[in-house]
Amino acid sequence: MKMIKNAVGRLVPDEVNGVKQIPYKGVGKYIPDGFTARTKIRSCAEFPSDGNKVVKSLKEALKKAGIKDGMTISTHHHLRNGDLLTNKLFDEIKSLGIKNIRWFPSASFPCHSHLIKYLEDGTIHHIEGSMNGPLGRFTTEGKMKGVGVLRSHGGRYQSIQDGEVHIDIAIIAAPEADPFGNANGVNGKSAFGGTGFSLADSEYADRVIVVTDNLQPFPVVPWQIQGNNVDYVVEVESLGDPAKIVSGTTEVTKSPDRLLIAEYVAQFMEEAGIMKDGFSFQAGSGGTNLAFALFLKEKMKAKGIKARFIRGGSTKYLVEMLEEGLTDYILDGQTFDLEGVRSMRENHNHVSTSPFTSYNYHGKGNFASIIDAVVLGATEVDVNFNANVVSHSDGYLLHGIGGWQNCMFSKCTILAIPSFRDRIPVILDEVTTLCAPGELVDVIVTERGIAINPRRKDLLAAVKNSNLPIRSIKEIQKEVYEICGGAPAKPLVDESNVVAVIKWVDGTVIDSVFKLEI
Amino acid sequence: MEKASAGHLGDKIRSDCFIEIEKKTKGGIEITLESKVAALYRDAILFQAEEILDFFEIKNAAVTIRDYGALPFTLAARMETAIKRLFPEIKKEFLMPINKKKIIGTTKERLRRSRLYLPGNEPKFFVNAGLHSPDGIILDLEDSVSPNEKDSAQLIVRNALRTVDFYGCERMVRINQLPKGLDDLKYIIPNGVDVVLVPKVETAEQIRNVENEINCLKEEYIIKHDIFLMPIIESALGVENAFQIASSSDLVCSLAIGLEDFTADLGIERTKAGTESFSMRCRIVNAAKAAKVQAIDTVFSDISDMEGLRDSVLEAKHLGFEGKGCIHPRQIPVINEAFRPTKEEIAKAEKIVAAYNDAVGKGSGVVALGSKMIDAPVVARALKVINMVKSGDKK
Repeated sequence: MKMIKNAVGRLVPDEVNGVKQIPYKGVGKYIPDGFTARTKIRSCAEFPSDGNKVVKSLKEALKKAGIKDGMTISTHHHLRNGDLLTNKLFDEIKSLGIKNIRWFPSASFPCHSHLIKYLEDGTIHHIEGSMNGPLGRFTTEGKMKGVGVLRSHGGRYQSIQDGEVHIDIAIIAAPEADPFGNANGVNGKSAFGGTGFSLADSEYADRVIVVTDNLQPFPVVPWQIQGNNVDYVVEVESLGDPAKIVSGTTEVTKSPDRLLIAEYVAQFMEEAGIMKDGFSFQAGSGGTNLAFALFLKEKMKAKGIKARFIRGGSTKYLVEMLEEGLTDYILDGQTFDLEGVRSMRENHNHVSTSPFTSYNYHGKGNFASIIDAVVLGATEVDVNFNANVVSHSDGYLLHGIGGWQNCMFSKCTILAIPSFRDRIPVILDEVTTLCAPGELVDVIVTERGIAINPRRKDLLAAVKNSNLPIRSIKEIQKEVYEICGGAPAKPLVDESNVVAVIKWVDGTVIDSVFKLEI
Repeated sequence: MEKASAGHLGDKIRSDCFIEIEKKTKGGIEITLESKVAALYRDAILFQAEEILDFFEIKNAAVTIRDYGALPFTLAARMETAIKRLFPEIKKEFLMPINKKKIIGTTKERLRRSRLYLPGNEPKFFVNAGLHSPDGIILDLEDSVSPNEKDSAQLIVRNALRTVDFYGCERMVRINQLPKGLDDLKYIIPNGVDVVLVPKVETAEQIRNVENEINCLKEEYIIKHDIFLMPIIESALGVENAFQIASSSDLVCSLAIGLEDFTADLGIERTKAGTESFSMRCRIVNAAKAAKVQAIDTVFSDISDMEGLRDSVLEAKHLGFEGKGCIHPRQIPVINEAFRPTKEEIAKAEKIVAAYNDAVGKGSGVVALGSKMIDAPVVARALKVINMVKSGDKK
């Protein structure tokens, strides 16, 4: 393995887990040639003519699917922190004596700390997806056998489509399914909304196992997952804890500082002229993001402005905007509360999207670049507007990338972040882990002021005469360093020991995470 | 006593720390540090701790620091509190450099529409409070601080006054009920306080005592800038003596009413409608105006009811109050907006002021608007409205 300096000046390995890597080259610079991944030829003659693919247990299904050492097993994260299935899945894999699995989730949650023992005993070789909370700590301390690979949601689709990752067996949790394998996420006690994050898995994996706690007679509609892609169907008592899959209600932040940030974001969008008839924006689920949407909604109502579409993460607040006629559509990548699930089930204008439609690199165009504005969070930013979303300033990996990198392609990318947390400054000279290049970050909104990327002369001009607290990013940084008692030290890392790499949306490597010296 | 502690301990604590110091006879200083921000500020924390121990000439001690991201002014105050609890004979103070450019002084007539109460022993609320643009920020040493933490709060508030940027908000401190409150003054007067809120005032003499103490401290510490007083009336006797209290000293800039204690003193229940205190509030307004100081209303304590707050401010404004207390930053814009003169009021005031300027320009002593003569108090009120809009918009 050799370390190479990539286009953003970060040292990245030329090889990860024995696979050759391409260093990050710049936004839109890497255009691969060739053909997308192929699937094995399927023949319906091999499947039961009565359409019944039900097998008696998950273990049975894994055996039938031909599970072997070293395979790639994929799961999706629609069950979020209520996911019991993935933990059960690896209990079964362990009981079969299988080793060295590459686990390929679309995201992980704290509930998956159950899997640490399988990372320790070699059942799982490494994770490609996200390493959240306890899994992140485990990885950063250098305890995982292989090197972790972090990808965005779009990057995950890209890696499947261009063959970088080949899934041997996909496990798809379905709140409703029929014996043929048609499945959706909108009905049943474990309902979570759309199943977009398992779409690629269903289409490209060698073997696809649908697991449901709500088996209904054929046909189950909508068939967000098509049974024609499914090998086996397994019925279980429960997929997870419904209270942790979607929240009954999503709560807007009560923190006055975060509300102030949210208010500034909404005000910025109004003053900069982004909020106009027919516009579009993305709002996520974080407390600040929810609050921003509510402030924006008031402004839209006051001016009689209507959006063409809103990108979710949907919540009851977006649903209200749809139902009150403030937007024509919600294009929804994942659904965060029960109202969102209900709306998707009942309202044709609340559309379930997948990473393919949302922002896949290997598509003929990109929805993400059509959106007028997107509001995101970040763990850190630097004075050059580079941003980090996976690790904290102490060097620990704690979060996945989600759709964060992909959404950066919007016409105006706004990071809504506090300028410091406790004593931790958020604006640094250099981010700990570089997950997005500064050229894609247009505006950073903090409670201490709004910094506009100097590249965006148009935005700077648009808000020049407003009352908004527009400041330079260095000025905000300086103030926060004074509050916190000077510039922070950097975490001590072993630069010869790469524990994870961060992929850019095109599959190139944008940064490395090193083992922490603790 | 062989050891003493200060600060807060627990998983939920944020931006604060816990310090324990144990006396030793030999072995020098031994510091055990556990910090949420160790990777970033370990050296800075140890440096500061050693600097403080050295300042207080502590040669041998075992010090435990559990840090939850305390800012330097908090860490210093907690250290000093623990040291002084262990060595009560120590009198000298560890004073962080005063941030002069953040202390901009005040005037007696300044707008005091919204004043935000912050519990004096909770430093995590201090640093961002000014961002929400209240007219004043009150660091409270009284009811929000438990009796056994008074010493701790005095040092936190002192350090905050010296180092925290309140972004141009008036810097207020509510001292303890007298006579205990007199002891609080030495922690605030030399350190950049603008207005001292004196709770539960019942007599003019109490205010004169505070004034004397302030004057002594100003002389001792060579403090030149103005420091004003806001007595808070919170009892039946206080209401009876309101005018004497309001006119007891030139330093009094405003007279406030605190209804929680007032209703308790009367043995009645405080209602949302407030009929039980209506006449008392009117008397406070009258006393204040008679003494030519601002009349300031009580806090509105239901932080989820913004409509109720707005109505309450409009009612207060209607009665003649010029300010309202708040306990949550989200209340601030509602209060400031409700106190803002209406469009009609502004338009009328602008006409009157224009007529006045016109008359002054002509050297005429008679101000007329159309065929109507305008008296001096009307002009004064119009000027006040215009100034209120101007200074309100500056924020």
